[in-house]
Amino acid sequence: MADEQGRKWDRCLADSAVKLATGLGVGIVFSVLFFKRRTWPVVFGSGVGLGMGYSNCQQDFRSPYLLHGHMVKEQ
Amino acid sequence: MLRVCLKGANSAARKCLCGNGAPLHPLQQCRSYTSGGSGSSAGKIVAASVLTVGGGVGGTILYANWDPKFRANVEKSIPYSDQVFGLALGPGAPPPVINKPRKVEPVQISSMSEVWKDSKQPKAKEVEKKAKQTDSEGPPAPAPQETLEAAAKCTECEHDPTMKERPEGEVAARLAEQDKAEQDLLTSLSSNLEDALGSTAKVTLQAIGAQEAALQAIAQHTRQLREAMEAEAPPDKKSTQWRVLEDALSERSRSVDEAGAAVLKAKAELDKLRGVIDGAKHLKIAAARPSILAAEENLHSMVVDLDSVVTRVQTAQSEAKIVSQYSELVNEAKAQFQKELNSITPEIQANWKGLTGKLTQDDLNSLIAHAHRRIDQLNRELAEQRVREQIHIDSSLEQQKLEDKKALEVAVSTALEHNREQMRLEQEKKVEETREVMEAEMRTQLRRQAAAHTDHLRDVLKVQEQELRAEAEEILNSSLMEKETEYRRLTQDQLDSFTLDMNAAYARLKGMEEAIDSHVIAEEEARKAHQLWLSVEALNYTLKTAALNDPTEPLEGAVQAIKESCAEDEFAQALATALPSESLSRGVYSEASLRARFYAIRQLARRVALIDETRNSLYQYFLSYLQATLLFEKAQEAPPAKLSAEDLDTFKLLSYAAYSLEHGDLELAAKLVNQLKGESRRVAQDWLKEARLTLETKQVVSLLSAYANAVGLGTTMAP
Repeated sequence: MADEQGRKWDRCLADSAVKLATGLGVGIVFSVLFFKRRTWPVVFGSGVGLGMGYSNCQQDFRSPYLLHGHMVKEQ
Repeated sequence: MLRVCLKGANSAARKCLCGNGAPLHPLQQCRSYTSGGSGSSAGKIVAASVLTVGGGVGGTILYANWDPKFRANVEKSIPYSDQVFGLALGPGAPPPVINKPRKVEPVQISSMSEVWKDSKQPKAKEVEKKAKQTDSEGPPAPAPQETLEAAAKCTECEHDPTMKERPEGEVAARLAEQDKAEQDLLTSLSSNLEDALGSTAKVTLQAIGAQEAALQAIAQHTRQLREAMEAEAPPDKKSTQWRVLEDALSERSRSVDEAGAAVLKAKAELDKLRGVIDGAKHLKIAAARPSILAAEENLHSMVVDLDSVVTRVQTAQSEAKIVSQYSELVNEAKAQFQKELNSITPEIQANWKGLTGKLTQDDLNSLIAHAHRRIDQLNRELAEQRVREQIHIDSSLEQQKLEDKKALEVAVSTALEHNREQMRLEQEKKVEETREVMEAEMRTQLRRQAAAHTDHLRDVLKVQEQELRAEAEEILNSSLMEKETEYRRLTQDQLDSFTLDMNAAYARLKGMEEAIDSHVIAEEEARKAHQLWLSVEALNYTLKTAALNDPTEPLEGAVQAIKESCAEDEFAQALATALPSESLSRGVYSEASLRARFYAIRQLARRVALIDETRNSLYQYFLSYLQATLLFEKAQEAPPAKLSAEDLDTFKLLSYAAYSLEHGDLELAAKLVNQLKGESRRVAQDWLKEARLTLETKQVVSLLSAYANAVGLGTTMAP
């Protein structure tokens, strides 16, 4: 259990890095392709990436505490 | 090394020999000195030994010279000593049987006295003495007699000592010896007697022969003389006759002398024989008596013969004397006549009978006248003689009577002697016979008596035997009864005691068996307990096998062993099953590893201290990280006895837990960690689980071991 934090963090960082890189890449691509090499898609893309990563991390960290409810339809 | 030693020994020896330590150079001198020195000492030794040996030998010889017994002993024991002794001292004591006839000795009183003294070796000794004083005088004949006498004397003195008392065996031995000696003596005696008799007979015969010869010679001589006297032979024949007569006379005298000598010899022999017989008689040997008697008879007869012959010779001699007297008278008359004739006719020679033609007439006449005168004278003398005849006859008769009487007396005495001798002999013979008869009778009587005695003894012995037997049987029976009762009693006692012993032994055996059984049970229990304990120990040990960060071996094997070892024990079984399966399959972590892990967990828990169920965004994470880096708490803090609300802070809890961990109290630490909330709890959950497992296992194991110890203590003996 103690390693889970570590694992989570690894995953998180790795994921964030990937997402960042991906966003950066996409941004670069969009910037290059569509937005005439402007920097804002790159930033935007890395921001999106980073945000996604962060969100994933968070989600990952919260996951044990999330409660899943089931709706029981009354008959 | 050996050579060195030898050299050293040699040099040492040389040094010793040379006196002071001499250098090598005068070694040769040394050698000569040593030889000389050793030679002189050796010479001394040799001289001393030679002296000793010579002294010993000389002393032995001297002593042997003095003591013949010693000499005989030495000769017997040392082989060639007799030769040495013979060389030094002359021949020693020869064996008496062989040399007795050879040894020659006139009887010596000293030897007799010597013989009187000794008893065993008298013969040897006196014969030896004779040998020493050997003179070769004397005929060998006396030797047997006197040795026989000596032997007789010996046996006499031998008999003397036997008069003393001796023990029975010795007496028997002595008697046997005596018998043997008697036998020997008897044989020697008889032989000697025979020898003596033989010699005496020979000599007597010789004497008788000589006497006979003398008789013959005398008779011849007398006859010849008479012839010569009376015959008127021619003168030459007369002269031859006279010569013959002279020869006869000489012959007669010689023979007479011879006869006399022979008679003397014979008489001497007879005396000796008589002496021998007396000696033999003195021996008192009964068996010899007949031979003695025979010898005596022989002696007697010889004596008688000798005497008769001697008397005959004497008569012949007397006759011869008469004849010689007559011849002498005749010769005298003739001589006188011759003288007268010569006085008358001086020129006529003596042998006038041969002169017949030479005489003249005157001579013849004178001769005739002389003859006539002579005749007248002779007639006158004759007449005178006739007258005196009677007187002469009477006187001669008287004389003759006297002589006759004497002769008669002599003859009577000799006859009496002879008769007496005869009577004595006969008497002795008769005595001998009667003695023999008596002895035979006595022997038979004795035998009868002995037989009777033996019969009587036999009867008595039989009776006694029966009595004794009866007695002995009785005694035997009674003792047997006694012994039997005793035996029965003893056996009964034995049986009783044996039964008792057996019972006791049986009881003991039973007791022992029970004890052993209980022992067995107890031991079984003990064994089981021990096994349990061992298995628990094994379990304990397996708990310890945890490496630093690895769990222990799976406890399954040990638990299985425990389960097997205490199959009947429910408690143990329950306990064994109470172990968490995780520990069984995977093993548990050791306390040390938990402790070590705790620090990591602590760090982590500190970092996520602010995260709980409701606030767990990343921002919170960041904040909690910040808090963890900025907030310092005591690394270890002793937990209070009671936890209050503010103690439930993560950091505090963690420090309490750290403290309790450090102090080995995993349980408390686990409890404290259990109080964590939120994410820290989630982070520590793993650790907690492990800790819980470990605690559980430890608890169960300790229970088991306590139980095993209790059980082990409960049993009597643990092997």
